[in-house]
Amino acid sequence: MRPAGSRWTWAFLIDIAVFLFVFAGIYGMYAIGRTWLGPVAPHAVISQSPRALPLYALYSLIRISVAYALSLAFALGYGYLAASSRRAEVVLVPLLDILQSIPVLSFLPGVMLAMVALFPHQQLGVELGSILLIFTGQVWNIAFSFYSSLKTEPRELREAARIYRFGHWQRFVELDLPFSTIGLVWNSMMSVAGGWFFLMACEMFVLGDRDFRLPGLGSFLQTAAGNGDTRAILWGLAAMIAVIVLLDQLVWRPVIVWADKFKFEQVESASATPNTLLRLIGRASFVIRAYRFVMHPITDWLTVTFAVGARRAAATFSAPKQDRTRRWLLGILAAVILVGLGFAVFHAVRELSDLRREDYVALLRSAAFTFLRVNAALLIGALWSVPVGVAIGSNPRLSRVAQPLAQLAASIPATALFPVILLFLIKLRGGLEIAAMTLMLLGTQWYILFNVIAGAMAIPTDLKEAAHIFRFTEWNRWRHLVLPAIFPYLITGMVTASGGAWNASIVAEYFHFQGRIVSAPGLGSTISRASDSGRFDVLLASTLIMATVVVLINRLLWRRLYRLASSRFKLET
Amino acid sequence: MSTPTTPTTPQAPIIEARQLEKFFSQPDGNRVQVIAPTDLAVYPGQIIAVLGPSGCGKSTLLRMLTGLAPASAGSVFWHGQPVRGESPNVSIVFQSFALFPWLTVIENVEAPLEARGMSPIERHKRALRIIDAVGLDGFESAYPKELSGGMKQRVGVARALVVEPEVLFMDEPFSALDVLTAETLRGELLELWLGHKIPTRAIFIVTHNIEEAVVLADRIIVLGRNPAHIHADFSVAMPHPRDRKAPQFVELVDAIYRVLTRPDLEHEVVQAAASAEPTARHHPIMLPHTRPGGMAGLLEILADHGGRVDLHHLAGELSLEVDALLPTVDTAVLLGLLQLEDGDAIITTEGQAFAKADIQTRKAIFRKAALANVPLLRQMEQSLKAKSDRTLPDEFFHDLIDEHFSEEESRRQLETAIQWGRYAEIFDYDAATGKLTLTEA
Repeated sequence: MRPAGSRWTWAFLIDIAVFLFVFAGIYGMYAIGRTWLGPVAPHAVISQSPRALPLYALYSLIRISVAYALSLAFALGYGYLAASSRRAEVVLVPLLDILQSIPVLSFLPGVMLAMVALFPHQQLGVELGSILLIFTGQVWNIAFSFYSSLKTEPRELREAARIYRFGHWQRFVELDLPFSTIGLVWNSMMSVAGGWFFLMACEMFVLGDRDFRLPGLGSFLQTAAGNGDTRAILWGLAAMIAVIVLLDQLVWRPVIVWADKFKFEQVESASATPNTLLRLIGRASFVIRAYRFVMHPITDWLTVTFAVGARRAAATFSAPKQDRTRRWLLGILAAVILVGLGFAVFHAVRELSDLRREDYVALLRSAAFTFLRVNAALLIGALWSVPVGVAIGSNPRLSRVAQPLAQLAASIPATALFPVILLFLIKLRGGLEIAAMTLMLLGTQWYILFNVIAGAMAIPTDLKEAAHIFRFTEWNRWRHLVLPAIFPYLITGMVTASGGAWNASIVAEYFHFQGRIVSAPGLGSTISRASDSGRFDVLLASTLIMATVVVLINRLLWRRLYRLASSRFKLET
Repeated sequence: MSTPTTPTTPQAPIIEARQLEKFFSQPDGNRVQVIAPTDLAVYPGQIIAVLGPSGCGKSTLLRMLTGLAPASAGSVFWHGQPVRGESPNVSIVFQSFALFPWLTVIENVEAPLEARGMSPIERHKRALRIIDAVGLDGFESAYPKELSGGMKQRVGVARALVVEPEVLFMDEPFSALDVLTAETLRGELLELWLGHKIPTRAIFIVTHNIEEAVVLADRIIVLGRNPAHIHADFSVAMPHPRDRKAPQFVELVDAIYRVLTRPDLEHEVVQAAASAEPTARHHPIMLPHTRPGGMAGLLEILADHGGRVDLHHLAGELSLEVDALLPTVDTAVLLGLLQLEDGDAIITTEGQAFAKADIQTRKAIFRKAALANVPLLRQMEQSLKAKSDRTLPDEFFHDLIDEHFSEEESRRQLETAIQWGRYAEIFDYDAATGKLTLTEA
């Protein structure tokens, strides 16, 4: 591993680069800390100069990173708890399902007000508010991924950890965490992409008579859209794409290659293409030394300190002790949660009873509008992405060109593209109607496309050859081979897309553009308008309706199709 | 030579199980017995092998003895003291190796020492010593996926031995390896054990390979099925290394074959267990999980061999293990197409006819035999006939049998019955709707 002779200079240069990065990072943290702890700047002017963009991009990046770090920590805790206690599992897993379905953006007003109330004199409040929102958009799928990884650990590995008396810490770092790494990495990528989507919306918004603004890429783009400044929109978009591409190349690619180490396989498969950056970092003697002299002793110390082997061996003969205090504490905790829940429900019901029946009828009608729009968007998405996905997936040459392009296109948050699209569509009749559906489509079609590509790639060659030999007509080939084979993948994509489209409706149906508000009738615009005008009863009611609709659709439609897909249309050998 | 063991060993046992049993209670108060109350002691200086067909509860027994799985009743004693949870000083070598793929060989071996809070230098030293002993020198920094199966299991053995266990448990340790590698590893294990190179005082090995048991063990326990119980207990006094061609060796292997294939004895013990356990009901016939096609192949081979073959030789000829061959043999016996006599399989007249017939005739013979000998299939046919639309959901039959078997087992029983019934053209089955329909003649 140690670089030999002439490579020493290389290693030295890389060391210097690493130091510079660390230095810049520390300065960045200092600058951010100063801003955050500084006084509130409620009417901060968002600059429209391209020169402000690097700093704005940094601010946005920091927000996303902090939110992601929080999400990861929370998700690990949540998943661990759900997987390790049967009693917790019963509550936490269905709860996860529901939390996942609640439209994040309708949390915005509540979270923001709470945070500002906590830190009334510091910018920190607003910052924390936006971070928390991004957090709520990122956390659930990571938590679910970790939970299901823990549940699928091979039995004999778990038994090995038990029979050799691993302590909690050792089990966590040597079994639980490595086994879940690959799932965590892919879900983290998805989460961060989703984070950009919400960032656009929550860096700048109006709540009743209060106007919150945070300097960042999202507010830059929103301001530009509000002023109808095409040049600024394009600049902002370019900066956004640059950040995303850099993030992909400098973070995700190396991380994916690194995660390959944690693939649970008995035989070595074709290894992933080596990543240059990862190799360089691994070669930097600074990094090697930091690992050997800092990280290793720390993990070692933790493992030895929390080793319970000897203690537990001694405890084998003693009678199991009655853990009275723990049960008491658990009881108290449960009581506190129940009381809190009761209180919240009581107040919610009081708020909701203020609304008249006509209000509810109007809400349901707008829900129906959004329902139609969401499903039209899904249908359009499926209609174009199935043929295109199958074409890409079954043609390796096309796939080499199209896959990276599609990935790049998919990584641009639809909310950032939206102002550009509005520019073109706003002049048409029914322009917003089309624009709203376009935004939903932009945000969700990629899930369908990528899944269809994966499905098409998984069609076994011998089946394709059989279809060829028996001279299937094109129609028969689709009916008997392609559609059944991609069905499970298509459903997986549609489930994700459906949830995303409902969430997107909140930004898609209501928009500040060129100094005025453009809106299409629907549940999403109802939610946005309610938070704009501070109507909390309407906000609460519409959020509840949306969450209910999403959960119902999941239960009644998608889950059934999913079961069908995994029983009848699963390709087994 | 082999004689039934009389536990007159003067030494006290290291691990002792008293009336250890496993059962699942069902909502209606019935219980499904997986392992009948069992007494078993592990004495120092012995290699014990536990033999039995797969799914008979061998692994569950191992897990209860090590404390990995809780027993439903009875207790495990460690040097005379009752144990709760994992036994104090044991190791397990797993069938699937159970190595952590993200840790190197040496990290895998060090992990159990880490768990005991040993200092890095000390544990490194000990790990290197044991890695050397199992012949893994030079592979310390390799990852498991770079190793062959045999090397992987050597890591598994090294990891198990590094904690210097008093009893080494092995759960089908060589069954995932090819024949030659398995043989090599057995030799190496014996070398460590006989040369006293390891402080381990007893080895408890679970296997379904009769020869493996006879090569290694000082004592062989044969488990019977449904529920698992000790069916026979052989002590082996042959000196090591054992010659597979020696008459004693062959005789013992044959004796074990006979015990494994003697259903009448098994029946007696089952009934004895049933009378000791008042809530356990009489079991219906348990169908071996086979497909009719496999049985046809077996009968053809038998017919080619003149109708009578020693099962042991047949298994060798087909390079199968007892595990793979026995269910098919059981099926043929159950249907009256085959008889067993002293470890030999003898084809019956119906069996001869079946072996010679074409597909349609075979189905007819199978149908007649199945309806005559398998009460469940007879019952299914009658129930379907009783319905005006000749159709019933599979859950209906599932409910009929699930009081006799565990949930998992009753599902498999029904699957097998449906498989047979479809082949015999007794009924059709639509997997999508789960509906069985009587086949109209």
